[in-house]
Amino acid sequence: MATLLETVDLVTDFYTYEGVVKALNKISLVVDHGATFGLVGESGCGKSVTARSIMRIVQEPGRIERGKVIVYLDEKNRQAGVDLLQQSEAYMQAFRGDCISMIFQEPNAALNPIMSIGDQVCESFLFHQKREMCAKILEDLCAPECRTFYPLRKLQRAIYRMAVHAPDTLVLKILDRIPLMKLWQKRFKKEAKRRSIEIVGKLGIPNPRQIVEQYPHNLSGGMKQRIVIAMALACSPMLLIADEATSNLDVTIQAQILELLRQLRKEVISSILLITHDLGVVAETCDRVGVMYAGNLCEVADVKDLFSKPLHPYTKALLDAVPKFSMEGTLKSIEGNVPNLVTPPPGCRFHPRCPHAMGICRMEPPILTEVRNNHLTACHLIKSGKT
Amino acid sequence: MQKILELKDLKKYYPILGGVLRREVNTVKAVDGIDLDIYRGECLGVVGESGCGKTTAGKTIVRLHDPTKGKIYYYGKDSGRGGRVDIGSTKKSALKKLGIRGRLQMVFQDPTTSLNPRMLAKHIIGEPIKVQKRIGGKELEERVISLLEKVGMTRDHLLRYPHEFSGGQRQRIAVARAIATDPEFIVLDEPTSALDVSVQSQILNLLKLLQETLGLTYLFITHNLLVVKYISDRTAVMYLGKIVEIGGTEDLFCNPVHPYTYALLSGIPVPDVDFVKRRIVLSGDVPSPVDPPSGCRFHTRCSFVEAMCRDEEPRLVEIEKSHRVACHRRYEIDRLMKDRFGQK
Repeated sequence: MATLLETVDLVTDFYTYEGVVKALNKISLVVDHGATFGLVGESGCGKSVTARSIMRIVQEPGRIERGKVIVYLDEKNRQAGVDLLQQSEAYMQAFRGDCISMIFQEPNAALNPIMSIGDQVCESFLFHQKREMCAKILEDLCAPECRTFYPLRKLQRAIYRMAVHAPDTLVLKILDRIPLMKLWQKRFKKEAKRRSIEIVGKLGIPNPRQIVEQYPHNLSGGMKQRIVIAMALACSPMLLIADEATSNLDVTIQAQILELLRQLRKEVISSILLITHDLGVVAETCDRVGVMYAGNLCEVADVKDLFSKPLHPYTKALLDAVPKFSMEGTLKSIEGNVPNLVTPPPGCRFHPRCPHAMGICRMEPPILTEVRNNHLTACHLIKSGKT
Repeated sequence: MQKILELKDLKKYYPILGGVLRREVNTVKAVDGIDLDIYRGECLGVVGESGCGKTTAGKTIVRLHDPTKGKIYYYGKDSGRGGRVDIGSTKKSALKKLGIRGRLQMVFQDPTTSLNPRMLAKHIIGEPIKVQKRIGGKELEERVISLLEKVGMTRDHLLRYPHEFSGGQRQRIAVARAIATDPEFIVLDEPTSALDVSVQSQILNLLKLLQETLGLTYLFITHNLLVVKYISDRTAVMYLGKIVEIGGTEDLFCNPVHPYTYALLSGIPVPDVDFVKRRIVLSGDVPSPVDPPSGCRFHTRCSFVEAMCRDEEPRLVEIEKSHRVACHRRYEIDRLMKDRFGQK
């Protein structure tokens, strides 16, 4: 399969008062076109930071130090990769939400409480699809059945033609400031609203026309999550990053949202990067999984391989620690706690909790290598062949 | 088996105030009539979606809230038959005098908010002992240390503030505080939902161990069905303030009867790739508990509604030994499921 997104040795640090938190330590992962990639790990292991680094929205005091985030938008042309970390902020603004978009962790925090749902969904249309929408309106204005008063129609046509050819001209900016003249945007906003009603309806929300007028507090948790997904999907992105999209929802609502994501992947978007701490969600929705621990990617494999034949000791321990449907005896737990990333343990970061730690684990960090067909792991134990 | 608690038609309504005079205009029916027997030494799991009244029920049982209606009978260890106390209507001072307060304890959901950030670990754990048993000084400290050791911590942790601990350790302190007064019954309100997977299993194992060594009775409230499966002996499923199904955990998970239980069970993402199942995705949300639907409360989302479900409220009826269900179509459900989803 063709690669859509590739990160090469991504390093992100946070400069806090307590010292430099090494949140990401050379993360290299590959997301294919048409695949769902799951990223699992405990809290504080750097899952969300990975997603934010890809989008380049790491918040202060964080900084992306080194590495590459390469996006291959064209499926065939392998040369046309774009390194997002080298691009300007203006490029990124146009890029986010259009090619890659993100569903944030908590729908309550992701939605603005003082803007109506419609306005929030509209935003991405107004920003990313200005040209397409103006072209459509121009077409409507030129159509013979247009009923606007003739001189006004002529003026509007002229403005929209200008907007199609050069959306950022000075003339339009001046027009936006003149009292009556700025009403030209009315049609444009109407069109955006029409589109947002359409997308909200597509996500299985009953009577979208009413919902669009309401505010976030009027809706339930599951509904809000759907709205957040609608916002992310507005411009039909190539890659959707779902950061704990279902973590705060109830079981029945979670089932609804997962079903929706599965359906959307078939129809609208090509790839999903699913970030979660729930191994169950991963098993049900993903094709390929990366397991993270303390800022390192320790194992990457296809779902079936990972759940049937896990290699890394951490993955094994994690799988044993989850209560299962058919289970006897006591749960195994991983002793100890996640290390502090200001002073991470030397060598393999898992060695203080690892039951099979050897001398080399304390000295040298293992490198992610392909052990089996498409099954990568970073562990000295596997490399030395003592499995 | 000996009963420890008996709930009879327990109701808890929260008032909604409105108008200029702030009069009660409506009520949120958080718990709307539950009957439940809790036996000594068992772990009863309560599952349900958020807003179904699990936590309210737990808080009402330990009388953090006063029940609107209904009885909560507590059968003490030493008091013989008939020596029951109604927790719901006894005065709070009397409850303390009888020593019942110390016997019923609670562990709260989020250890970061349930521990006072300005108190040291030793004061947090020592506070209930001081209030209930009136001891202090050296003796108190000895007890606190032994409690800390019981939950897998050491005396080094005595003089630290909650923010210096990790999530798992904080929850351990919360558990230590709950067992400080030698309780018989503990309400565990989502004790693991704020924790990570690896820490969650540590806490679950700790709780199991404590139950065995101290002979505790648990009411385990959670929304995670796999956790309930692991820890509890019996499970009750709640929906909109009512118990819709209750039975032995094994029995309930293998042969669920109520359609809601079916949906809940099929909704759990299972960390196992080869596991194939029939998924029932419920449409819509939980209706508002201010104005619950008439008849069976689940009828708005149920796939097998009949006219009867809309009009008449089903009662909790025993269908097998110690397996009770509130559904009108309880005897047909197996056939209906087969019709819809094929053979198991």
